[in-house]
Amino acid sequence: MSILVIAEHDNSSLKQATLNVVAAAKAIGGDIDVLVAGENCGAVAEAAAKAEGVNKVLVADNAAYGHFLGENLGELVAEVGKGYSHILAAAGTVGKDFMPRVAALLDVAQVSDIMRVESEDTFVRPIYAGNAIATVKSSDSIKVVTVRPTAFDPVAAEGGSAAVEQLDVVKDAGLSQFVSEELAKSDRPDLASAGIVVSGGRGMQNGDNFKMLEQVADLMGAAVGASRAAVDAGFVPNDMQVGQTGKIVAPQLYIAVGISGAIQHLAGMSDSKVIVAINKDEEAPIFQVADYGLVADLFEAVPQLEEELKKVM
Amino acid sequence: MKVLVAVKRVIDYNVKVRVKPDNTGVDLANVKMAMNPFCEIAVEEAVRLKEKGVASEIVVVSIGPKASQEQIRTALALGADRGIHVETDEEVQSLEAAKLLKAVVEKEEPKLVILGKQSIDSDNNQTGQMLAALTGMGQGTFASEVVVEGDKVNVTREVDGGLMTVALNLPAVVTTDLRLNEPRYASLPNIMKAKKKPLDNMSPADLGVDIAPRLSTLKVEAPASRQAGVKVADVAELVDKLKNEAKVI
Repeated sequence: MSILVIAEHDNSSLKQATLNVVAAAKAIGGDIDVLVAGENCGAVAEAAAKAEGVNKVLVADNAAYGHFLGENLGELVAEVGKGYSHILAAAGTVGKDFMPRVAALLDVAQVSDIMRVESEDTFVRPIYAGNAIATVKSSDSIKVVTVRPTAFDPVAAEGGSAAVEQLDVVKDAGLSQFVSEELAKSDRPDLASAGIVVSGGRGMQNGDNFKMLEQVADLMGAAVGASRAAVDAGFVPNDMQVGQTGKIVAPQLYIAVGISGAIQHLAGMSDSKVIVAINKDEEAPIFQVADYGLVADLFEAVPQLEEELKKVM
Repeated sequence: MKVLVAVKRVIDYNVKVRVKPDNTGVDLANVKMAMNPFCEIAVEEAVRLKEKGVASEIVVVSIGPKASQEQIRTALALGADRGIHVETDEEVQSLEAAKLLKAVVEKEEPKLVILGKQSIDSDNNQTGQMLAALTGMGQGTFASEVVVEGDKVNVTREVDGGLMTVALNLPAVVTTDLRLNEPRYASLPNIMKAKKKPLDNMSPADLGVDIAPRLSTLKVEAPASRQAGVKVADVAELVDKLKNEAKVI
């Protein structure tokens, strides 16, 4: 078996998710090659070559791949990947964008967002926003798979010494152009990949009160999320929503503040390692999934939490 | 220009999902079904494009059992002009759905195809991108803004860490994310009117597509259930537990 892992990066550095995906590839077994597609991405290729367990790094360095447009990456990966038994990428917004194109061009199914490898053709993945877990088997000759990075412990970033090979494959589909990018300037980590998430619900009463949560989050290097109720009430923007129709998170620590715990919210966070709930309603369903529950008025508890954290962080 | 919107009938997002005792799937008997939330956003976006004078006709298509007509009628009540039902009781996976939609695209020749980014049952997030690849179209996935300008569409996409805008040649495929719009509710008069709007029925065989699945589901299980933990007395105890017991801070 031979596995092609598509590196996730920003043209200057390799993202850790790539190391998680290499770990998933190791669980399948076989030779692991990494494809780095980007523009002026030599440093990324060097980093990928050092990752544990990598056999060879293939580099497609061209302006056509600079912004990771799905149309161009799809054609490139379908071309380079057709000689492999498996093609793997992280289930981030880049992988989710181009991988189904790869699968369609190769006329194979894709297995999305796997959380476990059972065998070379059988994978475990969440459905219904994690409310059910399916074991699926692929009958295709090439397995196109996206991997949930948080489900696999990363391989070591150092220690490998893979050969780096330049590819001369330029695929510009000519269907799309990059216009602009507006990346969040916040120093807070991205909600979907943060190690700690602090979320507020309807109990926050208004958008201004989320500042309290931000202060607590910043002490711990956490991201800030919200329940659908808080989003629907207009307290905070949609992109902060954690839940079935929002972002699915699985951090080491999830702190739910003033969140009752509707099904649709629980579906988005119940894979978190440790869950803390702070709510004044003792009967709130969130307490049924919380490892640590604090029945308290959040307007007293959150400032206290900030003070206590200052002592220990 | 003509806009094609694909919608899917799924379990209502407020329903608690229960795995069947024999682990063959999720129990859908007597469960409330509805239009997939991301598909509602797709319909809403098409209707807004029509209200702006950008779209001239909205065709809504759904693949699934007879009951999927309910979701097509809902889309018609929200402002779509006519419906196409590709009727099958078989399981249709993403690649096969994309092939069916490709056949519909070839018949209808829309300038824009709008789909939800994923359905909340299988959570695959594949069909729109596969359709775009099979039809040789560009794709604006996870859209939070769609602006049609001449023979191009600018799509602002929700990507990890922020937003990215791409310009796509028309025809193109757009898949919706949550921030794109807030879907309206259908009014009673429009629900009545929708019953008279045309709805074509066809089968996968009529479209010449083999829908045999490539993936087989071996089993479906409930996730490892979480047990309620302990109640702590105060914030100091909470922080102590997090630091010394759970070791997560």
